Amino acid sequence: MDKSLNWQETIITAVVKTCGYSAIVFVLLIFFFLLREGLPALAEVKLGDLLTTRWYPIENHFGILPLLTGSLIVTVGAMLIAIPFGIGTAVFLSEIAPRWLREILKPLVELLGGLPSVVLGFLGILILSPFLRVFLDLPTGLTALAGALLLGGIAVPTTVSIAEDALDAVPQSYREGALALGATKWQTIWRVTLPAARSGVLTALMLGIGRTIGETMTVMMVTGNAPVMAVKLTSIFSPVRTMTATIAAEMGEVANGSTHYHVLFFIGLVLFLISLAVNITASSVVFKSRKRSERVLS
Amino acid sequence: MKSAHLILLVSLLFLAACRGGSGQTASPTQASAYIQNKGSDTMVNLALAWAERYQVEHPEVSLSVTGGGSGTGIAALVNGTVDIANASRAMKPEEKQQAEENGITPVEFTVARDAIAVIVNPENPIRQLTLQQVSDIYSGKYNNWSEVGGDNRPIVRLSRETNSGTHVYFLETVLRLGDKTNTTLFSTDTLLLPSSEGIINEVRQNPNAIGYDGLGYVPPDLMNSVIAVARTADGPYVIPSVATVNDNSYPVARDLYMYTAGEPAGAIKDYIDWILSPEAQAIVADLGFVPIR
Repeated sequence: MDKSLNWQETIITAVVKTCGYSAIVFVLLIFFFLLREGLPALAEVKLGDLLTTRWYPIENHFGILPLLTGSLIVTVGAMLIAIPFGIGTAVFLSEIAPRWLREILKPLVELLGGLPSVVLGFLGILILSPFLRVFLDLPTGLTALAGALLLGGIAVPTTVSIAEDALDAVPQSYREGALALGATKWQTIWRVTLPAARSGVLTALMLGIGRTIGETMTVMMVTGNAPVMAVKLTSIFSPVRTMTATIAAEMGEVANGSTHYHVLFFIGLVLFLISLAVNITASSVVFKSRKRSERVLS
Repeated sequence: MKSAHLILLVSLLFLAACRGGSGQTASPTQASAYIQNKGSDTMVNLALAWAERYQVEHPEVSLSVTGGGSGTGIAALVNGTVDIANASRAMKPEEKQQAEENGITPVEFTVARDAIAVIVNPENPIRQLTLQQVSDIYSGKYNNWSEVGGDNRPIVRLSRETNSGTHVYFLETVLRLGDKTNTTLFSTDTLLLPSSEGIINEVRQNPNAIGYDGLGYVPPDLMNSVIAVARTADGPYVIPSVATVNDNSYPVARDLYMYTAGEPAGAIKDYIDWILSPEAQAIVADLGFVPIR
């Protein structure tokens, strides 16, 4: 190896390392920023007051529970839609559809993922919510359900694209082996291909959840933003206010350093911790399942 | 030769970068003054119409107008990032205090008046309510239209977000009936929509809905379902209009303000003076607001 190559190697290594570490540094910086701006909320508002059910910041009611339950119900609803549809579509594209159809469908699904969320919000306001109101005979169509349906639609393309890649990466010999043992096509898919691609599929779902819980514009436009406690199953048919929509709608108005300002950052901190928990849970599941599948398949 | 080109290119880029970087202080080439105007969404169309007309007559002045809500505009004035804040409510004492702490003395100008129209879907037969009834609807005491003499339908309450001056005005004047000691709040299931357009759209398509908005924002197809409001149950029930605002018979009307940081001077003073002139006040009437004189 001559000298100049060595020199290039050093630089490239350094650049790649910097890129890798910078992601960690940025996350830490954001986390510390959220802590610095959000924690004073705990000093200004008692924790007991934060955990109440009334959110009306201009009169100093800072109960974040309605926002928390609002975000949860919309996210869970969206995942109930995105998981079966996402995995179903991915299985169809990878295992069942003929090659030519897949070449057409996959780019189309990915195109759906590129739709700006504000455009989906318009669809929600003008078409989906009037339809839901009439079809389900609700007082108003601007509900958690409308948000969940649209967010499910946002999460599906991400989920499909990554899950399909994972299924595609399963060696052909697994399927051939299963079919040779007399398994039907469905048994092969459900018992062999999907478990073998499990870690990739879980990653797909995790990214889908990440996309849903952080989505702001669409939910702000279609969920009605009423800060009610969403604790019953029927709450899905009533308006809710999510954490992201609250931050987006109110951040512009607050004076720097006011209590309201700190509480909004505190909500951001809660949101960050929820995403972190989802990520950690998912990666630990992926890690475990990989060890198990390696054991089974070796 | 090649390197000479490269140097030229680099210096051009550098110049461009300098221009871009100093954009905040550099004024546009033709204009000698640059006025930033921000705040109330209720007033944004009015402020834009004024700015457009003023710039035709005074090409040396460049105006930028943005919305975002009264709270947003006032916060920007307090933080020193705009020259004129538009507000559909008066500044709160704590906002004034924050401004003083930042070394800014806000000066208030009443530039127009506005009626808040309460609107329902055209299918809803209700056309008149007392202030007390509107208050009880929004506070959650009434949950069905039949309780105020309408059809057996649930009431869906629509409101602007809390950063809207219209929201605060409606809370103080209608929900609390102007009583400072009253602590009535909006019912928690009130839908807080981020824009006037969102409210108009929901009222237009939902027969259960009740909403409120500046009179200038009510579209022609909903003008027939504007609620006539009475101060007491004895009436009279009054439909909002320029005439009923001016003779004070319509109870839900308010002043619209512009705030400057300190006594205005130079281009800002000229602009404010022009806004108070008959010519600019004619634009106020054209847009469905009420002129101050």
